[in-house]
Formats: sequence, C-alpha cells, structure tokens
Amino acid sequence: MSIATTEFDVATPAERSEDYLWTLNFGPQHPATHTTLRLVLKLEGERVVDAMPEMGYLHSGFEKIGEHLTFNQYVTVTDRMNYISPMANNVAWHEAVERLLGIDLTPRCKYIRVIVAELARISDHLLCNGAVGLDTGAFTFFLYAFYQREVIYDIFETLCGARFTNSYTRVGGASQDFTPLVIEKIRTFLKTFPKTLDDMERLLTRNRIFVDRTKGVGVLSKADATNRSATGPVARASGVTRDLRKDEPYLAYRDFDFKVCCASAGDCYARYLVRMAEMRESLKIVSQALENLPSGPVNVGIDQRTALPTKKQVYSTIEGTISHFELSMANRGFEVPHEESYAAIEAPNGELGFYVVGDGGENAYRARCRPPSVLHFAIFPQLIRGHTLSDVVAVLGSLNIIAAELDR
Amino acid sequence: MSEATSSREPSSHDPAITGSERAADEAIAAVTTAFPGVESSVFRGQRRLVVPVERSFTLLESLKEAGFDLLVDVSCVDYLEYRGAKHRFGLVYLLASTATNARLTVRVFVDEPVEGDDSCPVVRSVVPLWEGANWLEREVWDLFGIRFEGHPDLRRLVMPEEFAAHPLRKDYPLQGRGERHNFPVLTRDRS
Repeated sequence: MSIATTEFDVATPAERSEDYLWTLNFGPQHPATHTTLRLVLKLEGERVVDAMPEMGYLHSGFEKIGEHLTFNQYVTVTDRMNYISPMANNVAWHEAVERLLGIDLTPRCKYIRVIVAELARISDHLLCNGAVGLDTGAFTFFLYAFYQREVIYDIFETLCGARFTNSYTRVGGASQDFTPLVIEKIRTFLKTFPKTLDDMERLLTRNRIFVDRTKGVGVLSKADATNRSATGPVARASGVTRDLRKDEPYLAYRDFDFKVCCASAGDCYARYLVRMAEMRESLKIVSQALENLPSGPVNVGIDQRTALPTKKQVYSTIEGTISHFELSMANRGFEVPHEESYAAIEAPNGELGFYVVGDGGENAYRARCRPPSVLHFAIFPQLIRGHTLSDVVAVLGSLNIIAAELDR
Repeated sequence: MSEATSSREPSSHDPAITGSERAADEAIAAVTTAFPGVESSVFRGQRRLVVPVERSFTLLESLKEAGFDLLVDVSCVDYLEYRGAKHRFGLVYLLASTATNARLTVRVFVDEPVEGDDSCPVVRSVVPLWEGANWLEREVWDLFGIRFEGHPDLRRLVMPEEFAAHPLRKDYPLQGRGERHNFPVLTRDRS
C-alpha cells in the first residue's frame, strides 16, 4: 500500500495532530533554501505531510521606499528585488513608469531593452536550473551554468559598469548606449553559449538520477496553475500557454520570431525542460535583435523632457541647457499625470508588474510590485504534500523562489 | 440604421483596438448593464472599473464566470494625502483572461468604519473565487490593515506577528516608530 496515495493526500492536514508526526524547521538560514525563507515541515518518517511556508525575513519595505524616491532613483532598489536578473526588473519598472507618463521609446532603446532582458532571462534560468541540479546532486552541471552567468555579467559590466546591480534603464531611455565592444561580446556569447547548452543538456536531461528525482515530483495541474495565479515557466510547464511577450507584445517583441515553450506534465522535470528550451528561444531573440539593431538615439528627444540630454546638447543648444537644468531641479522634472496604471513584462520568473500611482509629484504615490515569487511560494505546500523530505529542495529549486523579491 | 449602430459601439469597428481589448470591452459592457452604478474608464488603453464595495464580490464572481480566470494581483492604495480623493483606501484587483488575454482592473474604494476608531475596514475575500488571492490578501491586511471577511488564514505575511501597525499606510512614517529598536531580546540563558 502506497503511503503517498492513500493516507497522506489529506485535504485537511491542519487537523492532524498525531504525536508521531515530526516537525522540522527548514530555514530561514539553510544552504538548500538558497535564500532567506523558512518552511515548517510536518513529517511522517521521511514523508512530508504538510508544509507551512513563511516569509518576511528579508522584508525591507521596498514599496514604502518607492514612495520616497524619484522614478529614476527607484531603479536602484528594483535591482535588489530579483537579484538574479536585475536587468529584467529595471526594464519592468521603467516600462510601468513610461506607461504612466505616456512616453514612447525610440526603436533603438526598445531593441536594447529586449536584448538585456533576454540576457537576464538566460542568466536567471541558468542559475535556477543549475541550482536544481546542485540540489539533486549534479554539481558539475551547476558549474557549467555558473560559468556562463559569468560571461553575461561580463557583458553587463562592459555595458554599464556594474556586474550585479545594473540600474541600467532610465525614464525614456538607458544610462548607456551599446558600444562596439558590447556588441562584439554579445556576438561571442551567442556563438559559444549553444555549445555549453548542448553540454548541459547531455549532462542532465537524460541523466537517470536527475530524472528519477524530478519526474512526477511536485505536480501542478493546469487548472490549479491558473487558479493560484502562477505565471511564467511554472505555469507554462503545467500547460498554460500564457507568455506576455507573445500575448501582449511590449517593447519590440512583435518583430521577433520565437516560440513559447510549454510542457504539460507540470512536475519539476517539466519546469526544468521549459527553462532549458526558453534559453534557446532567448538566444534566437537576442541574435535577431542584435542583427537588426536600429541606429539613432537611445534616449527620447529633448522635447519630451524626461531623459537627460547629452553633454553636447547641453553645451551647444539652449533647449539642451534648459532641459538639463530643469531635470536636475526639484519639482521641475517630469510631468506626471494624476492617474494610475499597471504594466508588466514577462520576467524570467513570471509576470513582473508594477502598479504605479502618480500624484503630479516627482515620486510615485504608490509603487506596488507584483512579484511572481510570492504566488509561486504560496503553491509550495500543495506541491510537496506526500513527497519525501529530499524532494523539498527539488520542488523549491524548480519554483525559483528569490527571497529578496518575495519579501521586498 | 447602420450609422446608428456604429455610433453606438464605435470601439468594435476600430482597427486600432486589439482582440484582447475588444474582449475586455465586451465584459465591461455586460457588467455595467448587469450592475448599474459601476463606472468604467480607460487610461493608456487600460480598461478599469470602479465598483461599490457592497457588490464587489458578486461583480468579481460574474467577471470570473465571464472568462477572467487569472487573478494577477490584489493590492491597495492609501489615498490619505492624495489630491481630490474621496475615500481612504482603494483596493485594486488586476484580472486577466488566459483565453482572450484581456485585462481588466477593478477598483474598490473603502473607508475606515468610524473616524478615530481602531476597527479596520472589512471587505469580502475573493479566495473562494481565486485561490491565488490567499497570500495577496494577507499582504494587504498586513501592510494596510484591511480585513478580508471569509479569508481562511488571515495572518500577517511579511511583518512579524507581534507587529502592531500597518506600515504602508500613509500615516506611518518611513523611518518606522522605533519598532526596530524595541524588539524583545532573547538571551542565551533565557532561551
């Protein structure tokens, strides 16, 4: 008689107070949670009867800070949300601000943002899949993944000077334009990375131990995924075909040819496969965007009075001087409508959106972040019930919970 | 005759309007006829509804049946210092449909029951409709102090359990009220 199917798929685990059940405190400081989060597990031998996730250990009041920093300053805080892919957070934040302000970006800026967001997706998926491999015993795989993250960090460092906390975007543009060296580095990455990706797939995708550890573990059904607001790779691994890049093409995603990667099994293995496939699609997008990168300015024009003018414009035109002067002065910056709006992007983890309320001032009146991790972490108890203690890390890793984004 | 029809619904023939926006418009039209008193508006292409709090649950229920199966977010705005605001809090429900990709924002305004009273505003929970609302509503309760009636497990989400205030309210200072310095210290011999 299987324990998992008969006794422990109980709908009301809270009522079980049998004294033979063990309570195990997992985290908040534990190497396998990777970040600061806590699980209280109720165990019957090695089998998890129930789990109670708890968060808030890294709560830093990011949304409150967002009400006190200007639209450009707050981008530094978004870096610290999902620090695995800060570029995607930068793009999401300014996407929301530009929606509120009604700014239309230049074509070059749209392409550049697509490229950095897709590189961020690759780097996020590399870490997530690498960590799943690490937690299930595949250490070599993790090193392969981490080496390639290093290459992406290097590209970002050449682009904007920062490896980890990029703060790259600005309202109406970006802090730096692509230089020939950046383009060359991305080209090299596009050439070398597929080989590593092949190696990684050969190492793990058909690895007997890994497949046994992840297949059929932590199954999320399609109906549950939608009902519990799962988005991104977690939802797509369960058969939900929602991808904001295709469904509501923001930036320049309409121009590129790529596929939405889905699976139907909904288990940890399916989530791994979806992430692996998405990296290849991201590569396709990056190479298309790089080859067709439009020329022209990155920032919107001086007349829109949102992005800082270049030094040449400041010193040689009166509009540039005035614009630079006014943007640097308090309360003379952007024209912010007395309105509220929401904009979201398809971040590596799922739908990352910001609900920004403007009150005419230079700060947001409210800067709500819709983090995908919170909703995925809330699903965790349902996924782990009936599985063993060693499956906890596999499920947790495949959901890609980032505590900094979780708690904000 | 054809002119009259097109003037009544100009949006459905406008080529600039996408399929998802048309689906949202149809849902809004259905809801505003079924629930008089619901206001709709559009800002930067986003469709929004303002719903009285008494009927918010039934309206959200009918929207769910109309195809909005994904609850993207539940959040709140404290309008204490907002110019021209008539109410204290605005709950924001962001809905989406996985079939038509339509999006809809539903806003519900609530006030504190009595001025100066400690009691919190109460809104009916949407957890029976979308399981994903569970933690989102816990977060709103934690940070804004809005109670959700019928919520299965309304505990604080990010702040510690013994925390008394609701820090995202506008009358709560950015620096806090000294809670950080007054945490109970658990020494080794007392543990």
